[in-house]
Amino acid sequence: MALMFLLAVYFLLPVYFLIVAATKPQGELATTNGLAFSHFNLFENLRILFTRSDGIFGRWALNTVVYAVLGAAVGTLISALCGYALAKFRFRGREFLFSVVLGGVLVPTTALALPLFLLFSATGIVNTYLAVFLPSIVSPFGVYLARIFANAAVPQELIESARLDGAGEFRTFFSVSSRLMTPALVTIFLFQFVAIWNNFFLPMVMLQKESLFPITLGLYEWNGQTARAPLLQESVITGSLVSIVPVIIVFILLQRFWRTGLAAGSLK
Amino acid sequence: MTDIAPRAVTSGGRRRPGGGPRAGTVIAFLTPFFLPFVLFYLVPVGYALWQSFRVVRRTGGQYGTSYTTFGGFDQYTQVFQNSEFWNSIGRIGLFGIVQVPVMLFVALIMALLLDTPLLKLKAFFRITAFMPYAVPGVIAAIMWSYLYSPQLSPVVDLFQRIGLHPDFLGPGAVLWSAANVSTWLWTGYNMLIMYSALQSIPQELYEAAKIDGASNWTIAWRIKVPIIAPSIVLTTVFSIIGTLQLYAEPAVLRQISSNISSTFTPNMLAYAVASGNNYQQAAAISVVIAVITFVLSFGFMRLTSKKAGL
Repeated sequence: MALMFLLAVYFLLPVYFLIVAATKPQGELATTNGLAFSHFNLFENLRILFTRSDGIFGRWALNTVVYAVLGAAVGTLISALCGYALAKFRFRGREFLFSVVLGGVLVPTTALALPLFLLFSATGIVNTYLAVFLPSIVSPFGVYLARIFANAAVPQELIESARLDGAGEFRTFFSVSSRLMTPALVTIFLFQFVAIWNNFFLPMVMLQKESLFPITLGLYEWNGQTARAPLLQESVITGSLVSIVPVIIVFILLQRFWRTGLAAGSLK
Repeated sequence: MTDIAPRAVTSGGRRRPGGGPRAGTVIAFLTPFFLPFVLFYLVPVGYALWQSFRVVRRTGGQYGTSYTTFGGFDQYTQVFQNSEFWNSIGRIGLFGIVQVPVMLFVALIMALLLDTPLLKLKAFFRITAFMPYAVPGVIAAIMWSYLYSPQLSPVVDLFQRIGLHPDFLGPGAVLWSAANVSTWLWTGYNMLIMYSALQSIPQELYEAAKIDGASNWTIAWRIKVPIIAPSIVLTTVFSIIGTLQLYAEPAVLRQISSNISSTFTPNMLAYAVASGNNYQQAAAISVVIAVITFVLSFGFMRLTSKKAGL
């Protein structure tokens, strides 16, 4: 019990520090105790954060939502279709295709980013939304999960009876199978959302235009400038808080999906 | 619902005799994933391989025009002769050998504690541990870098009050400061994978052991841990892959510490080399990192599955 509390303190400490620091005026960051509140300046900090450099932070937030939400949505759909087909349709080369996908799980995304940059610069889509969005929709791990879930959650008899009912395969998938796979689809969506949201290397390699940055890359650039412009420090801190709180809340709300997803993911 | 049979008859001609979907339908399900998979996964991998076998040469002296040509294993020889490469591998090896077991051990202990009926506030502990997973590596590193920085950190303050003067960004400590960020980020995730596996063990197993007089510890180490061994292997493999890919956390710490070079990890080295316009060399480094990842992941899975008889 004591050990668990100690660990809980460890996990909460940086977030607590961030909350405290985000409420302080810039001048008090270094002069007051980092773990105690002083003058409450959160709203002023937020105003500065969102108006700095013509409101670029708001743009970054929007970009992050576009990359992560849209990328995860499209990614979940295509992973689900593929995983479902690999689980439920019998065709030649099925196991081979699945092994290729599994191999894809092991390819380090950082090892992909550099050659992708070269290919994308040859085709002229470097420094566009597509350069980050397109590679993000591919999730071999999503296909792996979708296949496991489809196997476990969609009875073959149900597909057969939908077929007898005269429904086409797509209609069967969208109106019967995908309903049964809903918790799985939410899990795949969340996994991919986090993967895109965490992927820092790809946007860093692909983007030079600040207006296309996700929050992580933007804050990284600002953080690198704090030595020359110390006033940026408060905005980096407030920006970090703004960027993590909504996601943490979503996670806590959706945690029952996570848990089922992880349980299935850990089956071998 | 009563019209199932007649409709089945009318639509019978659309399918193959086996009852499965036609080839066109299968392709329609697979293409939306496999097209981008091939374009953004397989093609770049192939392209990196191809690039890694090429070299830039010049015609004539210093002012000749440059051209790329087949160079065999030249790039790889250069990678293996590069001391910066070995330094980064050594650093990441040391990091992994310490950080991965520590993190997974803590995760395992937490999962076992969460699995005992004695522990209260389970939901709270589970959520606090898992919460860092929602925090991107860059943001986590920024948060921790403020806790490491001598001017701002309340942690450094606390140490100073008891007479200690830790330098989290010093040459000896900075690797472990980075390791701490990884541990903070991923312990809860690994804990949850192990915990989920523990929850799927049928309770009757414990009851039988209790009747035989086994203590809670015996049950934990002799029954629970061996049963969830596959998920421990899985978390280890994920951790090995993650360690070899390390980039964001040291890159952020580099912004405030002069003790992290631009070639601190293999990935940072690859990026630095690519920024210097030597893409062929960067491609070779990326390929070597990927191969090491494959070898270690598969090697570990093989080793453990033989030992545990899984």
